Amino acid sequence: MDAILLQILNGLDKGSAYALIALGLTLIFGTLGVVNFAHGALFMIGAFCAVTLQKLLNLSFETLDETQKDFLGNPLKVETPYVEYWFGPEVGATIIDWSVPLAILFAIPVMLLVGYVMERGLIKHFYKRPHADQILVTFGLAIVLQEIVKYFFGANPIQTPPPDALSGSVDLGIMVGFDPNAIIYPIWRLVYFGFAVGIIGAVFSFLQFTTFGMVVRAGMADRETVGLLGINIDRRFTIMFGIAAAVAGLAGVMYGPLNPPNYHMGMDFLVLSFVVVVVGGMGSLPGAVLAGFLLGILESFASTTWATTTIPGINQIIIYLVAIIVLLTRPRGLMGRKGVMEE
Amino acid sequence: MAILRVKDVSKRFGGLKALTDVNLNVEENSVHAIIGPNGAGKSTLLNCLVGKLMPDTGSVLFNNNSVLGLEPFQINQMGISRVFQTPEIFGELTVMENMLIPIFAMRDGAFRMHAYETIANEREVVEQAEAMLEEMNMADKREMNAASLSRGDKRRLEIGMCLSQNPRLLLLDEPTAGMARADTNNTIDLLKQIKDERDITIAIIEHDMHVVFSLAERITVLAQGTPLVEDTPENIRGNPKVREAYLGETAA
Amino acid sequence: MLGLNKKDTSLLIIVALLTLLAPFILNPFPEGSAMAQFNAGYPDLMQRFVIFGIFAIGFNILFGLTGYLSFGHAAFLGVGSYSAVWMFKLLSYNVIPAIALSVVVAGLFSLLIGFVSLRRSGIYFSILTLAFAQMSFALAYSVLSNPKFNLTNGETGLQVYADDPQILQGANSPDLPHLFGLPMRATYTMDVGAWSFDFNAGYYLCAVIMMVVFYLAIRIFRSPFGMMLRAVKSNQQRMNYTGLNSKPYTLAAFVISGMYAGLAGGLMAAMDPLAGAERMQWTASGEVVLMTILGGTGTLIGPVLGAGFIKYFENIFSKINDNVLHSWFAFLPDGLEDAVVFLIHPFIGKGWHLTLGILFMLVVIYLPGGLVEGGQRLLKRFKRKKKDTDDAPSGKTEPAE
Repeated sequence: MDAILLQILNGLDKGSAYALIALGLTLIFGTLGVVNFAHGALFMIGAFCAVTLQKLLNLSFETLDETQKDFLGNPLKVETPYVEYWFGPEVGATIIDWSVPLAILFAIPVMLLVGYVMERGLIKHFYKRPHADQILVTFGLAIVLQEIVKYFFGANPIQTPPPDALSGSVDLGIMVGFDPNAIIYPIWRLVYFGFAVGIIGAVFSFLQFTTFGMVVRAGMADRETVGLLGINIDRRFTIMFGIAAAVAGLAGVMYGPLNPPNYHMGMDFLVLSFVVVVVGGMGSLPGAVLAGFLLGILESFASTTWATTTIPGINQIIIYLVAIIVLLTRPRGLMGRKGVMEE
Repeated sequence: MAILRVKDVSKRFGGLKALTDVNLNVEENSVHAIIGPNGAGKSTLLNCLVGKLMPDTGSVLFNNNSVLGLEPFQINQMGISRVFQTPEIFGELTVMENMLIPIFAMRDGAFRMHAYETIANEREVVEQAEAMLEEMNMADKREMNAASLSRGDKRRLEIGMCLSQNPRLLLLDEPTAGMARADTNNTIDLLKQIKDERDITIAIIEHDMHVVFSLAERITVLAQGTPLVEDTPENIRGNPKVREAYLGETAA
Repeated sequence: MLGLNKKDTSLLIIVALLTLLAPFILNPFPEGSAMAQFNAGYPDLMQRFVIFGIFAIGFNILFGLTGYLSFGHAAFLGVGSYSAVWMFKLLSYNVIPAIALSVVVAGLFSLLIGFVSLRRSGIYFSILTLAFAQMSFALAYSVLSNPKFNLTNGETGLQVYADDPQILQGANSPDLPHLFGLPMRATYTMDVGAWSFDFNAGYYLCAVIMMVVFYLAIRIFRSPFGMMLRAVKSNQQRMNYTGLNSKPYTLAAFVISGMYAGLAGGLMAAMDPLAGAERMQWTASGEVVLMTILGGTGTLIGPVLGAGFIKYFENIFSKINDNVLHSWFAFLPDGLEDAVVFLIHPFIGKGWHLTLGILFMLVVIYLPGGLVEGGQRLLKRFKRKKKDTDDAPSGKTEPAE
């Protein structure tokens, strides 16, 4: 029982990332009708927003401390980050320590801007072109974005640690009455899951309770009719794209402490997120979220020693296997609507 | 003899009854029109005949063989060709290729792996296609991309493609919808000519009364998913029930 | 000739001449000269040109004709390589059975995947093929590589070991891939003055095979079958209502292109008897998509051009570094020279993928017909200009439009 619960919990962090990326993909596909192969790159850019902020906060100047000597007998060189100099050592150190959560504030405007530029500069011209062209041009864009990040940050993963207070693990088992040490769970995973749930909740309430969201939902249901109502769809598309980009970016920002970001993480997640979208049902937002978590948890179960000794490597193919079975038995996916992309 | 027999066909979409107990016989070598106001179920009925929709109940017999449950290509191979409301042609292919494809389909069936032959060497097929283009007055446009044809020419091409298969039954779905008067008259003349020169049955779904009364020998009036009356054009014109359900509506 | 019309025959002859004379054409610069770095007449690079050419020609039969965008064709390439290496391990180093098996196995594999994937169309099809290919990659990388059942030898890659059976390996036949005794690595170097040209057995085997499959591709393009494939792309609804079943047509195209990919994979293993899982990764599938689009989708020569273009510049770009740039721009004033080198730096060396990505986007946006369309446009403009100058004297007598 506790083992099962542990695997479910272990699946939540990847599941959260899948769900958030798939949510953005579905928003873009549902409203704009565009298949965005560059969405994984947005996730990656988010993660590198955290890296960038961390680097900025760690910018230091050098002073010589005459009171201390290094092993050669010269005055010791001391690196002092500017933030510590400006805000005092304690506050400064705290700011640096909290760089990942702080990066959220930094990433939101950056991602909105990236999304805006991408939509206005490129995607806009592809609304009327075949899906194959959309896939191709966004695929090209994904390569370009990834190579740019590689150029500036190198090919190796970069550590982005969580704040001290949120690192380490908690014993969740004791709280629900299991034996001690049965379920040891890293705190940051809990944070990530909570964060993902928060974002998903925010997106859904935005769509549910605002007029803007209402128009978007109507547009997803029947684009032509909404267009006929004389509502300025174009501007809303841009905003929607920005939001989807921000969702993917934020998912990336917070993912860093779980897995050090590298330049190709976006592509790795993209392929799986597409599978998630298809399993959930093209154009269905709840489907994307549900399938994201389900597949994340499934993957975690397939990664147990028991599963991998029974079928070696099952953890690496399980998602694809499920996707193929779902597509063949229920082509619309778990929650897909009739008529979306059926022809 | 009736070549097409529709018997007790019903079709529901959720709570909506699209067709209720439709009975209809189309006589061989006749021109039979199906008319009715919007939402009367004309398109649903047509889709049930060609394999796009499966009726909930009833039977559709073509030449005494059931067509229900068959794929559109199988129904076509039985001898039913369909002309769409907006011309469906192979836009990226040339006019000549558009004409070749249905003839190959007639000769070789639904699939043949003729990957090593050259089209130019298929003399018979090429000649048939050329003859049909001639008949459609389109020989001078044979190397044009079909997508660049005018609306009227697209319609002619589509009808020619259907005729090239020598179908027993030609189904036309509002063939003049959205056409200018001149194009409409051309299409009427073309269909008249086809009717006179060939052993062919034509079933036509139409909104335009001018087209219907110029062509049809029998008319079925569909209203709210069920046939109201079936008769000759003259009698339909005088039928008060029809006037009320349909003609009156348009005359008003 | 060979059942082709005049235009296709001359195309075939041009391609044949270019491939047969490639060792000369690709080495235009004398050995040791500053320009020698632009030479591409090395055996392994020339082999890559034609092998990827074959891969792209096959991919184009599916994507160019039917419009079905597969993102998983590298899986068939990988399967072809594995099959070939297994033939080396079990039978002998002769490449003929290896290549034959790689085509057959890739054909069967693509029949299976195609049958499933083609139940959906459009973007679903793309994602299904992607999922299948990624699954094949994972299978090859880990699942099918365990002590109990080792089909792929995982991360290390499949290769021939001394204790492999090789039951047909003759005592005197070479201990590396060969064609009835002629080693694939055999190279004859011809020195003409300062120039040096390499004639490699493996390259010529690949080149001859490419000409054969290029010829077959022309036949398919010109056949009724090829026309049906274009009809699939154009209007499936009309096709179905014309009595044609589009599914077997698309599946046949899928299997043919899968066999081309398998052939390419088999040839890769024949040139270098090693098969690794990374050949199946989706980035590899993406590469053939890039080649086909860059060259010109749906055209005969486009995929070959695209494959050659990408492989050539990949090679050249990786050799250019800042020193080379500085030597090129040495004529500029120092400050300007540094600035130019600084600006170009991200796009060369390891930045080749960046350049490729940008180039690819530009092609998709502005030149959907790829290099072939670009060439045609240039040709047209050139012809028009020429015509303008020819017409100029007579043009005066006519009123301006």
